[in-house]
Amino acid sequence: MTVEAPTLADPHDWLRRRSRWSVFEIAFWVASLLPFFLFQTYLPLASQIAITALFAVSVDLVLGYAGVVTLGHAMFFGLGAYSAGLISKAGWGEPLTGLIIAGLFAGLVGYIASFIIVRVQHLALIMITLGFCLLTYELANSMSWLTGGTDGLQGVETWPILGVFRFDLWGYAAYGYALAALFLGLVLSRRIVHSSFGLSLRGIRENVRRMPAIGSDYRGHLQKIYTISAVMAGCAGALLTQTTDTVSLDTLSFQRSADVVVMLVLGGTGRLYGAVVGTIIFMVARDQLSDMNPQYWYFWIGLLLMVVVLLMPRGILGSLAQLARRRD
Amino acid sequence: METQQPALRTEALCKSFGSLKVTRDVTFELPRGARYALIGPNGAGKTTLINLITGEMRPDSGRILLDGREVTQAPTMARVRQGLTRTFQINTLFPDLTPIEAVLLAICERDRAAGQFWRSLTSHRVAIDESFEILTRLRLAEVATRPTRTLPYGQQRLLEMALALATKPKVLLLDEPAAGVPKDESAALFSVIAALPGDIAVLFIEHDMDIVFSFASRIIVLVSGGVLLEAEPAVVRGDPRVREVYLGKVGHV
Ligand SMILES: Nc1ncnc2c1ncn2[C@@H]1O[C@H](COP(=O)(O)OP(=O)(O)OP(=O)(O)O)[C@@H](O)[C@H]1O
Ligand SMILES: [Mg+2]
Repeated sequence: MTVEAPTLADPHDWLRRRSRWSVFEIAFWVASLLPFFLFQTYLPLASQIAITALFAVSVDLVLGYAGVVTLGHAMFFGLGAYSAGLISKAGWGEPLTGLIIAGLFAGLVGYIASFIIVRVQHLALIMITLGFCLLTYELANSMSWLTGGTDGLQGVETWPILGVFRFDLWGYAAYGYALAALFLGLVLSRRIVHSSFGLSLRGIRENVRRMPAIGSDYRGHLQKIYTISAVMAGCAGALLTQTTDTVSLDTLSFQRSADVVVMLVLGGTGRLYGAVVGTIIFMVARDQLSDMNPQYWYFWIGLLLMVVVLLMPRGILGSLAQLARRRD
Repeated sequence: METQQPALRTEALCKSFGSLKVTRDVTFELPRGARYALIGPNGAGKTTLINLITGEMRPDSGRILLDGREVTQAPTMARVRQGLTRTFQINTLFPDLTPIEAVLLAICERDRAAGQFWRSLTSHRVAIDESFEILTRLRLAEVATRPTRTLPYGQQRLLEMALALATKPKVLLLDEPAAGVPKDESAALFSVIAALPGDIAVLFIEHDMDIVFSFASRIIVLVSGGVLLEAEPAVVRGDPRVREVYLGKVGHV
């Protein structure tokens, strides 16, 4: 064999390789089917994780890719959750259409909110997102004739998925439904982040000042991704409603907004699967720790968060990826 | 067509920061294909003038016309889309993007393709080829797939140029493109500028007088925010006021 002189990387090839499905991704999706066969008792937890992971991915699109820090995304999650609940209470329990309508409604609110979001930055931005979330929470709280107030919406009825798969007590259908939604959400998000639009989002995150100087309508881009993210978060909320038959006020809470950011930071921002990994770690830890020590489990989350931020600034998945790259 | 309009024209631009007047009544024209230099001592207001022209700052008074059309109130983005592009004195790049991604981003924005979220980046084949061609021209092909933050300073300066070229400007404002670059590399950079298509109007800020005199067809001297002189290089070289306020101090020529 002859040794070839090093040639310049073919840019097409290089870009293609960045967007290809990796073995780890495929392995992850295969492994995601395990709860059906091995850990049936954990099926309800697994569907909670899938739903929250979808929510975390929606936050990653705005926070991890476009660099828009938000502490109020539960607003869209909760709006989706309540919409799905109200649609069902109004007599339409078909899950797929309910999910879509709930997602679109959250997206509409997201689009309206985005006009303000793109006009503020830094601390003001965080406060605005937080403010939106608190506002929605109290609105839902005071409109108890519609939302059930602190009691939440009870007895939401959801029809079988596609008219076939009945929501069972074990949670097979619920997990299948949530997992399918997460998969679809990830395929879509993948498509977005590997498009030219995804590239401009990263440009905004990396240096928003340069964007107008290359002729970019970056505010338009931000509004678009914020709306897409709101739809996705709304769908996650609707999934929670449809798989648990209840909606509570805490779908809209600040706690939920903050938790999802913690999950994202744990897993690693700006890499989609970081959101998923962070969610799994957070939710499994909560499940295990709150069994042992129900009052103080946030202590451990706090500790974990600090360790990750100090030692693995790119998050757990980001650090693993870096290790793997150094190997070869 | 109308009679030939200048590519860029400013009329009596003024700008103050508090009580400090940084731009005083600046009026000049940049014809198509111009290779003009803007010189002046540190703090003369050169960068501020560029900020005003590109819309990063608003003038207190005065007008800016691009190809005869007024753009004084237009946002930066709109001006870039009409062919007015600048580079930055201090690198304003995308640290985590690779040069190929950064230039591709600029091209997609120019082609109004940057908002397409359903189409894969790799399908923009023509744009990718064009990006790589621009990087090759600026001798950045070999580092095209390395994150910008890992590039040496000189190459980051070149990328600053590459981003501007990717917008296909009609008017190009270069704010000390070779600032901090070793002399032999800066000559290479200016030969790229010299080789730009003849119809692009270029205005560059540069402190090195050898470069100014060899690349500029005309020189605008800015002192304390106002135009002291606008003339051919030979005239500027011989002007006693210029010698005093600027050249004398720097010690070139
Ligand atoms: N945003 C600002 N606010 C207040 N003063 C400013 C601002 N920007 C610039 N200045 C002042 O305006 C004057 C002109 O600055 P400018 O950067 O335009 O000079 P310059 O000619 O580009 O100088 P250099 O050759 O050092 O780049 C300086 O005195 C500077 O301190
Ligand atoms: Mg300057």
